[in-house]
This record gives sequence, structure tokens and C-alpha cells, in this order.
Amino acid sequence: MSVLEIKDLHVSVETDQGTKQILHGVNLTINEGEIHAIMGPNGSGKSTLAYTIAGHPKYTVDSGSILLDGEEVTTMTVDQRARAGLFLAMQYPVEIPGVTVTNFLRTAKTAIDGTAPPIRTWIKDVRESMKQLRMDKSFAERNVNEGFSGGEKKRNEILQLELLKPKFAVLDETDSGLDVDALKIVAEGVNRAKENTGLGLLLITHYTRILRYIKPDFVHVFVDGRIAEQGGPELADRLEDEGYDRFLTESNVG
Amino acid sequence: MSAASAQLNSTPTTAVTASEALPTAEQHGIKEHSDGRFGYVPVQTRSDRFKSVNVADFAAVTGREAVWKLSPVKKFADLTSGPLDGSVYPIDHTDVAGVRVDWVDRSDSRIGSAGAPEERASANAWSSFEQALSITISGEDAKEATVTRAALGSGARGAHTIIEAKPFSRAILILENTGEARLTENVEIILGESANLTVVSLQEWGDSAVHLTNHFATIGRDARLKHVVVTLGGSIVRVNPSVQLTGIGSDTELLGLYFADAGQHLEQQVFVNHVAPNTRSRVTYKGALQGQGARTVWIGDVLIGREAAGTDSYEQNRNLVLTEGTRADSIPNLEIETGDITGAGHASATGRFDDEQLFYLQSRGITEDEARRLVVRGFLSEIVQQIGSPLLEERLQAAVEAELTATEDN
Repeated sequence: MSVLEIKDLHVSVETDQGTKQILHGVNLTINEGEIHAIMGPNGSGKSTLAYTIAGHPKYTVDSGSILLDGEEVTTMTVDQRARAGLFLAMQYPVEIPGVTVTNFLRTAKTAIDGTAPPIRTWIKDVRESMKQLRMDKSFAERNVNEGFSGGEKKRNEILQLELLKPKFAVLDETDSGLDVDALKIVAEGVNRAKENTGLGLLLITHYTRILRYIKPDFVHVFVDGRIAEQGGPELADRLEDEGYDRFLTESNVG
Repeated sequence: MSAASAQLNSTPTTAVTASEALPTAEQHGIKEHSDGRFGYVPVQTRSDRFKSVNVADFAAVTGREAVWKLSPVKKFADLTSGPLDGSVYPIDHTDVAGVRVDWVDRSDSRIGSAGAPEERASANAWSSFEQALSITISGEDAKEATVTRAALGSGARGAHTIIEAKPFSRAILILENTGEARLTENVEIILGESANLTVVSLQEWGDSAVHLTNHFATIGRDARLKHVVVTLGGSIVRVNPSVQLTGIGSDTELLGLYFADAGQHLEQQVFVNHVAPNTRSRVTYKGALQGQGARTVWIGDVLIGREAAGTDSYEQNRNLVLTEGTRADSIPNLEIETGDITGAGHASATGRFDDEQLFYLQSRGITEDEARRLVVRGFLSEIVQQIGSPLLEERLQAAVEAELTATEDN
């Protein structure tokens, strides 16, 4: 069974005003097949955690570690992490001019598996996933994210999640900017991916909305760069009622 | 009229390269003129530029002239003002029925029928060549021929080429250029009625080559010219195609693909003149820039003349910047003298392959090198796919691939 362990993770970022510490000792263990939701107010460091796991060069790990099945992830390059089984569904996926979705998916799949996917089953898989995500066939020949609407970009992220079959996926604010219909389609895709591959999920969100459609096993409240409280799904319900004020006051005093 | 240029990094390069990361103040005229009319640009219709086949009719090149202001003129003063070797040079060519390749005298009646020099390097070549290379195409069957220049040597040379497609003839003609050269030349392309010709000018010169060329084309009634400029190798390469759509219903497609490495200056000034009614033109140039001092210039002029009712025209330039320290100038100009047209448009965009795109592709398991290749290949293959010669397309894909590998090794 695969496990992703985050141990006492301290992360900083370079800004114009100098080095800024963002994560102050994050501890989190995700087992295969588990869904963890990380909830927190804006600026609490949720996205920093997501990008640090993926290896974005902007973030510096000052101490602590991220282990995937015991292997240190923080020393790997971005592409090595992906090949090791990590996936980040981004909040704002960028446009890649000149590269079609088809070409991109095949290249990524080949990179991750180490061999090119058998052509016939691959085309079938892509078509099937696109159909279930209600993506028009014409998407396949369009350049990656070029001219995509916000909802189309998110669906394209989930399409990759389904096809690349990672061990662990981090979904960074995948629910933001989606109307309820699009949210359902995206949530179905995530649930389908989990059913098919049994991956572990780290769901990063500001709102509880997405948790109606993707049921978390654990909820962590993230405040000021660390986990302030943990619990089961009931914690999300409480946050929906009370908001983050309780935690913000505590952190201000502390 | 609109102009767009992008300068993505202004850090001046200290290395001695063919391109100047920035033109000198003197060359650009970035200072008050003594006449006190700083910034004043005289209005001149594109077709009204001074023309002469005699080099002495042009003043010495300063770099401030409209046609030279973005070029590193000091690097090829020998071609604009020095004596040129105008003798016959060695060529290789495929033997194809309906394609005759030979050398003709200066008295050949076709010389001067497609255009005349508008600048000094062009006029210097015109004044210097002893015999013109003549490529004459006849016959309605599709055919493909290649003419290769690989041994021009490093002495300053002037040359002249005539390409004539007889009425109703059809062919793909590939002009291959490799090895060393210091060459200024003129190429005249004459399409008879209903001729259908593709000319592919392939610049895969050696690293120190300097090549200045003007392609003058005149297109007869209902004829079609597809003109493709592919520039990958050479130190300074400037290819200026100028197409006169003189026949009613004539059509031209001008395609360009260039890849500038560190220190390379690759320039193209394209001019399409819609003279006759119901003419059509499409101009699409795409370039990639990678490495310190990589420099590209694209100027696209389209003139829709008073008689050219029903014109359908579109021109675009796209540049992909892969690293810091490069500069891409992109200047589309459109002049319209009649309101009775079907369409006229232009577009220019210079974008960069940035760290966020790299991160995105890498986060899907793709290595940095592969990510770069994926993006450039996708970007440039749009041009390659339109050439219409499967063998050449395959070869060019491989050449672009090699270009990417070569720059990685730098």
C-alpha cells in the first residue's frame, strides 16, 4: 500500500520584501485510497503546500520532508515526482501554444509509463474519459488550455488525472470558479478516478461546496502555515456554519 | 497601420555576435535631429520606394535607412559597398523532365521583369553578376526539383537567379543553401498564366555565413505562387520576398519558418502588392528564438492598390521566445487604396515559453528537454505541414529537431 507522508515541513518563498516563511511545520500522512480535505482561509498556505509537493521552483523547502513510500520527494525534479506517482491539478492551468491536447496527453502518458501506450486502447480511453467529462471531441485537437474557459481548464485537469493514473493527487481549488453543473461533472471524474485506481487524494479548498460531491475521510483546517485542527467530515460541516473566524482569532492571539 | 515589436530582454550582450541586442543610438537615430522634426515620418506608399539596378544610385549605407534600420549593417559592409565576385559558381541539381537549369547572359529578356533593387546590397549584386542562373519550368505534370548551392566560399559574392514557370506549368522547386557564403543576390520569380509553383528557399548555411537576398515575384493571371522561406543556419540571413500580384485572380501564399540561435540575426521583409482585381494573399511567418543575442526581424508590408478590387489578404507573424537575451521585432503594415475589398487583416504576436509552462509540462512527467521540444515542434510544424512535399516536410521536421538538439548542447 502506498503512503504519502509530510513531516514537519517548513517552506519559504522569495518576495520583493525578502524571504517569507509560509509553512511552519506541516505534518500529514495520506494512505492510498484516502481522501483528505485541507480547508483554510485565503493566505493560510494551502496552495503553497500543493505547489511544494509538486516541486514548483518558487518554493524553498527549509526543513522537513515529503516521503512517497519512504522515498524523499523534495530532492526530486518536478518531472521525477510526476513519474513517481504524484499529480497536481492546478487552480490556474497555463496555456501551452502549439501543443494539442492529444499530443500532450500521449507525451505525458509515455513519460510516466516509460513506454508509449498501445495506440488503440489509448485512443479509446481518451475518448471515453472525454465523453464522461462532457468534453467535446474538438478539444483533442485544440492547443492545451488555449482559449479554454475556466470550467474547461478544470475538466482538462481531471481528464489528465483519469488518464495518467497517479498514486496521489493534489487538487488545488479545483472547485473554484465552477458552476454547480460543472462542479458535479468534475467531482464525478475525481470519484471515478479514485474508484478505478484507488489513489489517495488531497483536496485543497476554501469552501465546503465540493465536499458535498467528494466525500472526505479526513478534514484538516489549515491556518497560518500549519494544521490547526483535524477531524472527520463533521468538521467540514462545522466550518460551513461557523467559518474560519474561530481559528483566525486564535492565531492572532497566539 | 500598426506596429508591434517585442523586446523581452534588454540586457546588452557583451559577446561579439552577429546580432546586436540593441541597435546603437546612432543607427536608430534615437536623438534629436538637427532639423527639429524628431519623430516625423514621411508618408510614402510602399510601391513608391526608389528603385535602381545601378549600385551607384544608392548612397552609402548608414543603418538609418528604413530597409536597414533593424539590420547589423556594419557586419556586411563588403556586400553593400565592396566589390563583389559575380562569376558563375558550382551548383548541383536534380534532373527532372520539365525543369531546365542553365546559365544565361545579362542580356536575357527576363532579367528585370519581376522587380528591381530598393537598396544598395541588392543593387550591388545586380551590378556585379556576370551570368544569371536560370531555372525554367514547363509542363502541366506535378514535379519536384532541387537546386543546391554548397560551395560558394567565403569571398563576397553577387548573384542573380531567374525562375520562370511557363503558363499552366506546375512544380515544387527547392533551393538549398549550405556551407559558407558571403552572398548578396536577387532572385526573380516569374509565373505565367495559371502556373502553379512552389518555391522553397532553404537556408541551412554554415555558422559564419552572411546571406542577403531579395526575391522578386510577379504572378500572372490565375497563377499561384507558394513561397516558403526556411532559415535555420547562418550568421546573418536576410530574405526579403516581394510579390506583385499583377494578374487578375492571382494568388500567393507566403510561408516562413525561422529558428534563431545565440548570436544569429535572421530577418525577413515581406511585401505583397495587390495590383490586379480579385487577388488573394496569405502571409504566415513563424519563428523561434533561443540563446543570448538571438535576433529576428519580420516586417510584413501589404499594399492593396487602387485597381485591386475584391482583394482578400491576411498576414501574420508569430514568434516564440524560448530563453532570455533574445529580441524579436515584428512589424506588420497594411496600406489600402480601395474600399472595395473582400478582406484584409494582420496579426502579430510574440510569446514566450516561460517557467510556468515548463512547470506544467514537467508536472505531467515530461522532462525539461522534451517539454521544450514539444512546444517548439508544435509551434513550427504548422508551417512545415503546409509545404506540400512529404519528403521535404519530413526532412525539415528532422532539421528543426536537430536545431533543438544543437542549442541544448550550447
